Amino acid sequence: MGVNNTDSDKTQEEEQQDLPKVVLFRPPPAFSLIGEESFASNKFHFLKTYDSQLPLDQFLSTHSHSIKAILSSAGAPVNADILQLLPEVGLVVTTSAGLNHVDIPECRRRGIKIANAGHVYSDDVADLAVGLLIDILRKVSASDRYVRQGLWADKGNYPHGSKCITTPFLANETKQLQQILDIKLDGLGGKRTGIVGLGNIGYEVAKRLEAFGCVVSYNSRKKKPYVSYPFYHNVCELAANCDALIICCGLSDETRHMINKPVLSALGKEGFIVNIGRGDIIDEKEMVSCLMRGEIAGAGLDVFENEPNVRKEFFAMDNVVLSPHRAVFTPESLKDLSQLVVGNLEAYLSNKPLLSEYVDNE
Amino acid sequence: MKSIGVLMTCPMHKYLEQQLETHFNLFKLWHCNSSITEFLKTHQGNTIRAVVGDTNIGVDAELIASFPNLEIVASYSVGLDKIDLRKCEEKGIRVANTPDVLTDDVADLAIGLILGVLRRICASDVYVRIGKWKDADFGLATKFSGKSVGIVGLGRIGTAIAKRAEAFGCSISYFSRSQKPFANYKFYSNIIDLATSCQILIVACALTEETRHIIDREVIDALGPKGILINIGRGAHVDETELVSALLEGRLGGAGLDVYENEPEVPEELLGLGNVVLQPHVGSDTVETSDAMADLVISNLKAHFSNKPLLTPVI
Repeated sequence: MGVNNTDSDKTQEEEQQDLPKVVLFRPPPAFSLIGEESFASNKFHFLKTYDSQLPLDQFLSTHSHSIKAILSSAGAPVNADILQLLPEVGLVVTTSAGLNHVDIPECRRRGIKIANAGHVYSDDVADLAVGLLIDILRKVSASDRYVRQGLWADKGNYPHGSKCITTPFLANETKQLQQILDIKLDGLGGKRTGIVGLGNIGYEVAKRLEAFGCVVSYNSRKKKPYVSYPFYHNVCELAANCDALIICCGLSDETRHMINKPVLSALGKEGFIVNIGRGDIIDEKEMVSCLMRGEIAGAGLDVFENEPNVRKEFFAMDNVVLSPHRAVFTPESLKDLSQLVVGNLEAYLSNKPLLSEYVDNE
Repeated sequence: MKSIGVLMTCPMHKYLEQQLETHFNLFKLWHCNSSITEFLKTHQGNTIRAVVGDTNIGVDAELIASFPNLEIVASYSVGLDKIDLRKCEEKGIRVANTPDVLTDDVADLAIGLILGVLRRICASDVYVRIGKWKDADFGLATKFSGKSVGIVGLGRIGTAIAKRAEAFGCSISYFSRSQKPFANYKFYSNIIDLATSCQILIVACALTEETRHIIDREVIDALGPKGILINIGRGAHVDETELVSALLEGRLGGAGLDVYENEPEVPEELLGLGNVVLQPHVGSDTVETSDAMADLVISNLKAHFSNKPLLTPVI
């Protein structure tokens, strides 16, 4: 037996073994993107089921007495079967803002708290939503490909993109100019954008779009009392009154395939759609048909029904922009996330209030 | 007005062409290989009383000298760098352009370029299309919200860009010929200081003798390996050779370009880079704005030939 080092190593290991455990069923994307070290803490120890050869239920049974919390991410659902095996768990922390992979009623029933990514992602997701919208309206990606393929020098200009924004005339413009340019000054002034789901992310999207002169309205489960944007009770009506729909809501039983054929028809052949929520919110097969038949004008998508297997029909369309579900993948957001995750776990383990507790009140 | 001879220097917009044909006696320079000499072989120089040019082919001293009855240049652009303004002034030729109607479109594209570069939207779109997402994750991009933005030239377009960037929580600073009294942004009297202080540098000024190659090696190095350059001004604002080598050597983080020194030629080295977004000079090329610009050109011509004040005069 070695002397100093081995003794201190053993102590360290024992110390680790004494620490409360946080179980993971799969590594969250952030682990590989910014490194697991960002999530380290001296208050808890990660227990990774994916590193073990044992079948899941056996692994969990073996360690159930020390597992106090679950660190979950999409693709690793937290359901009744799992929770059954973990009676000591009092907290589920997710690395996502979305909670569709967590059985919330079951957690409530067992008195288990839930903490999600809170607002750490809102800026980045909103930024991507706006970026996708500009891209599909102005054909940025398609034009970029056009230039790279050497077509600019050959063919001449790419067909004109749709205007993103119309200028509301400045107050001192002359009446003559207004008439000549035949702009209808009815107070709208810009593209009508419909936010589906005015939560944190939807609100950040709206704020940005306003700076571009867009006119914002929304549909949400409930009208928001302190918001001045026009509210539409149903998403079809919203679509009928918009030039672009931005899907910002979470995935639930109510929102699954909420964007269906009637909504897409209401949006119309000059309408655009951006989805930074979840792929299943849109009836993707129907959307593809609409795009192919020219029944909607274009789409910007960060999420799909069967990631990462994107429908091949999209690949031939230059009026869509495809993003591989990476709205939150910036070092800035992931660093903020890691601090939030560690903060939530440490708070829970020291009986302090959670930093981003999910409360079911929307 | 149907007898008034108007020369269009190159194809710019079908609707504009149609409108010019309807209202005036339109001559198309490109039917003569875009050569004045060729044109004068078959037409009388004194037929032309107005010229409509754009950023491609403008109105230089040779053209002005060839048309002794030229009264007005109505440019299908807001930029005036392709017009010999001194010569026009000397000869009493009126000049009109198309300000304001394109401001928002150009500002929108500037933001679109920033997001395209920082968030790698264009590159990840290609990634998905060629089927790579199934094999491996795309990796990280860079956050835009909250970053520091520096604007070169706080005119109409620069101001519109600033307003948009503010909605993303960006801090705004600028370099201009003179400080703008009503702008609430930090002013730098030196472009190197601006480039040092910001992460995203946007060129939004007019092209003049002073601003040619205003973005040179020194500015690019000050912007640095984490910085990105956005150019929605003119290709000649940027020393393109220096830009290319900076990008290839990693001394500059990325670039979003709508304009180039020798359009439609784009430096070949850029075509393979994943940290640039390239647009074919389409800042104002939406249907609505193109039509609005065309209408403004026609209105200015009609106003001039009816002895009424020009709507958007430059000279």
